[in-house]
Amino acid sequence: MSTTITPTTDVATQTTVVRRPGAGFVTAVLQSAKRTVLQFFRTPQLLMLGTIQGALFLFMFRYIFGGAINPGHGLDYVDFLVPGFLATGILWLGMPAATGVADDANTGVHDRMRSLPIPRASVMFGRSVADTSLTLWGIFVGTVLAFIVGFRVDASVAEVALALALLVVFAYCFMWVFIAIGLTSKSAQAATGTATLLVIPLAFVSSAYVPAASLPDWMQPVADNQPFTVFSNALRSLTLGGADAIGLGHSTAYWVALSLVWCAGIALVFGSLAIFRFSRRR
Amino acid sequence: MTPIIEAHGLTKRFGEVRALDGLDLVADSGYVTAVLGPNGAGKTTFISAVATLLRPDSGEVRVGGIDAVADPKRVREIIGLAGQYASVEPAMSGTENLRMVARLFGLTRREARTAAAAVLEQLGLADAGDRLVRTYSGGMRRRLDLGASLVGRPQLMLLDEPTSGLDPRGRIELWEAIRNLVADGTDVLLTTQYLEEADQLARLVVIIDHGRVIAAGTPDELKDRAGRSVIEVRPRAGGDLPAVEEALARIGCEAPYTDIDSQRVSAGVEGGADQLRDIVRTLDQRGIDVDDVGLRRPSLDEVFLAVTGKRLEPTDPDTDPESASADAA
Repeated sequence: MSTTITPTTDVATQTTVVRRPGAGFVTAVLQSAKRTVLQFFRTPQLLMLGTIQGALFLFMFRYIFGGAINPGHGLDYVDFLVPGFLATGILWLGMPAATGVADDANTGVHDRMRSLPIPRASVMFGRSVADTSLTLWGIFVGTVLAFIVGFRVDASVAEVALALALLVVFAYCFMWVFIAIGLTSKSAQAATGTATLLVIPLAFVSSAYVPAASLPDWMQPVADNQPFTVFSNALRSLTLGGADAIGLGHSTAYWVALSLVWCAGIALVFGSLAIFRFSRRR
Repeated sequence: MTPIIEAHGLTKRFGEVRALDGLDLVADSGYVTAVLGPNGAGKTTFISAVATLLRPDSGEVRVGGIDAVADPKRVREIIGLAGQYASVEPAMSGTENLRMVARLFGLTRREARTAAAAVLEQLGLADAGDRLVRTYSGGMRRRLDLGASLVGRPQLMLLDEPTSGLDPRGRIELWEAIRNLVADGTDVLLTTQYLEEADQLARLVVIIDHGRVIAAGTPDELKDRAGRSVIEVRPRAGGDLPAVEEALARIGCEAPYTDIDSQRVSAGVEGGADQLRDIVRTLDQRGIDVDDVGLRRPSLDEVFLAVTGKRLEPTDPDTDPESASADAA
């Protein structure tokens, strides 16, 4: 490079350019999240889906399939079902996030956000916070209904509180999977398709709705070792009187710890993927 | 003066497609620069490089003297981008949309409120500010989208095909908004496939094709450069269009072109007045009645034809191969 002194006119023009520093990380997260939350509560289709979908599942399993399923160990099916229903609620309720992210990518929203002087990762953190809140809204509705259809806990207040806290952590960590799907899909439809293909096996090939032991032999190793069985077992152990009382091997602490390991792994892998995809310059 | 945009030798490949192939462009402050070209010419890729959305494979791009490749954050502090879609949120009101973006630009809550109100007023949307954007017309959404970048008072506005898909009234209103921007001291770079838009708004028109600049200058300079005048004839009966085309070819005009929509035949001529006399005589001899016959300067469309050998035909943005290839990459 030459070392010529910049002409004074250059300096003059540059100083007239008003530079805006842009929002900080927290403001950017909150503003991005607010948009997603308003979109949800003001779009009747999204609100309906996120609110009554859980009720449909609960009624279907509790009253239609439930009579044919025996969870053993003296448990009522409704008590067996509800922890698994809430754990897999994270899956069903999280699917619209994948669609929404892909939609934002295709309608110029992401380009606009990327052109702003804000930390790029904040946009995806905003999305994860907002979509987790929306999932928790659905989980809350589901929990209320669960008690109405006869679910009862056998646990201390601390155990119930821990179970709810775990649900929040599961929901947040797994949300990154849906965000990553949305960012890597070419269209909103494709994102919905991919999310569905992931959610159905994860929800059903698990101990969420039926005891894993009732699945075919070849399916059991898959069911036993995937995160939603672990999450379901952790929530059951915490709310139904301990792992032993419901015939699970290991202790409650084991299921909780294993759940947290799964969560950390999922959040790390898919969170990095999502933030990298969003932030990179093509 | 530091040019507001300075690009040298920009290249960008998406797989086999060379979206930018050594593009050079220098634009000064104080006016609208229009990048004009057909679908797939590299317009969106170029604007994305200026907006720091993509990294060129090689070459240099500076915005207000700042290197957009090395220092993207500082470039983002002085630009505003409105893409091909109105990316405002339909489930929020106009005011809410603008306040959100203003907050992202780093304004305080109070400043954001003031800025949003001022921009709505400026764009003629003050009455609609409290309505949800999903009730807006297409033109109103586009103006609000423009406003969303405007609340941060950018030095340079980047508008990617700002009027594509708008009806004529929406287009004229948006043009007015863009002219006001420049009057207020904002520089504007826009892409368009509409020649009229470039002619109406821009002082510098840069015609690109296949990722490189093929002509640049003021609309007048470009028309002068094309050199030839154009004879244009509108026969009274649409059925006479082929006969008129044939007559123009006979008196030595190059490649007469029939525009079915406007029922006109036009052709470039070297001389001008002589050929005009000839064509009037020829048409008269053949008994072809005309509503209009005249000699005019070439339009940008003919400039495009003269430099590329093909016509610029705007097509539906939904089938835009440029955005398709950008997605694939």
